[in-house]
Amino acid sequence: MPDLYQISDLQLSLPDRTRKPLLGPSPRIEILKGLSFNVAKGEVLGVVGGSGSGKSTLGRAMVRLAEPTGGSIHFDGQDISHLSEAALRPLRGRFQMIFQDPMSSLNPRHRVGQLIAAPLQVQGVEGAQTRAMEALDQVGLPADFARRYPQELSGGQRQRVGIARAIALRPDFILADEIVSGLDMSSQAQVLNLLAGLVRDLGLTLAFISHDLSVVRRLCNRVIVLHQGVIVENAPTDQVFAAPQAAYTRALLDAIPLPDPDQVWV
Amino acid sequence: MADARGQKRRAGLRLWLPALWLGALVLAALLAPWIAPKDPLAQDLFLGRLPPFWAVGAEPGYYLGTDSLGRDVLSRILHGARIALVVALVAGTLTCLIGASLGLLAGFLRGWTDLVISRLIDIWMAFPPVLFSILLIAVLGPGLDSIIIAIVVIDWTRFARVVRAEAMAQGAMDYVASAQVAGRGRISTMLVEILPNVLPTIVVLLTLEMGIAVIVEAILSFVNLSISTDDPTWGGMIAEGRTSIHQAWWVIVFPLITLFLTVLSFSQLGEGLKDRFDPVLR
Repeated sequence: MPDLYQISDLQLSLPDRTRKPLLGPSPRIEILKGLSFNVAKGEVLGVVGGSGSGKSTLGRAMVRLAEPTGGSIHFDGQDISHLSEAALRPLRGRFQMIFQDPMSSLNPRHRVGQLIAAPLQVQGVEGAQTRAMEALDQVGLPADFARRYPQELSGGQRQRVGIARAIALRPDFILADEIVSGLDMSSQAQVLNLLAGLVRDLGLTLAFISHDLSVVRRLCNRVIVLHQGVIVENAPTDQVFAAPQAAYTRALLDAIPLPDPDQVWV
Repeated sequence: MADARGQKRRAGLRLWLPALWLGALVLAALLAPWIAPKDPLAQDLFLGRLPPFWAVGAEPGYYLGTDSLGRDVLSRILHGARIALVVALVAGTLTCLIGASLGLLAGFLRGWTDLVISRLIDIWMAFPPVLFSILLIAVLGPGLDSIIIAIVVIDWTRFARVVRAEAMAQGAMDYVASAQVAGRGRISTMLVEILPNVLPTIVVLLTLEMGIAVIVEAILSFVNLSISTDDPTWGGMIAEGRTSIHQAWWVIVFPLITLFLTVLSFSQLGEGLKDRFDPVLR
């Protein structure tokens, strides 16, 4: 399958204002130190790493919420690394994002129906309301939820709204940034099942950022392991779990809680 | 109605009592020429310093007594409501529009826009406000327009500072990033996403500002820089009452009570509206 994303030698550094000298520019912190990988169409890619590994920054660069300071990002053959916001606008409908914290990513003043329809209206899609209701149905929420405010919903329901908003545009690519980390175990399972079903039915290309390897194992075809801004492992999921190459990946795998703990230890 | 901690919100009284008082005041201002028992400007030196209706020596028809020139206090309060309310509404709204717009732009767009507006606020706030307003009135000449201009010119920073801080906090929320991912432009994001979240704060500030405008008008009348001294204003009445406070307390006390209740009502109305209509708090 052709590649949707081609990312080569991606670098991103941010100024560190806490160590700014009295005169002159702030020193820069390198967050991504030259990442290269491709995302094939229809693939579900897991991006795993500890906190501070740069996985969220990588995600933000892929949907161009952040601009890379080096290297390039090609989306469907087009270099989007340094496109201006105006030049990105027509492309925006093709890559969407689901955020970690729906309390923060869903505007508390807008009703669920407006929240889902807004990206459609911005992109000038016809029949935005109908499409929004369709998306609401696809994530398994009843139609009357469209009139509710996000703060009237449970955590799992809110995240479903986040998913509905992302899929409503029928994008080619969705980035899901730690979307279940704020949910309890049963809501996590429901949201993951929903996402797995949508990926299958809609043929989505998905990048799933997580610090939890067991979640990634359920959902992804391929896994990238990030450690301190560098890719230490990039392999199909089965291979990562069966024969991890990097020492860091083995350490991560050892940290997964066992389903059948040692009786003596307990 | 209860908030997240289960505390009862007493939105009812906080909204309806101020609304009742201000509604009555608006009616009084509109109907002043018909409901005022006397001509507010008519002097009668034989009827000077009459006490209010319940006191010994009161004259029928002069319910709240008369001042040292024999003018009816109640009629003057009713007519004074006109100027007080016009100043509150016009000056409050204009101040709000200018201050909130600049604050919103500075807080959301950041960068050089913020730099320019923030420095402007800093410089502005270094002027002592009372001297600034007296200076302005002296330059513009006394009159209703001048008072309104003075209030707007001095007080826009009050809105700009608070709205800027609030817009900054809201700008860090993911729903702004989410709007960017959807392809919404900066200005559209500011108006559609940020503004509704800052609006409750703006409403509270607006009602506070209306109260402040009433006070400023009173202060300026007090130092004789408001409208012509003949026109009844609450501040002017308080200033005149001060000279005869030992002989005729009612001349100063009734306008003071009216002023106090009006300013209090404006500030409480804002809080009450916020409690009642904010879906986030509800």
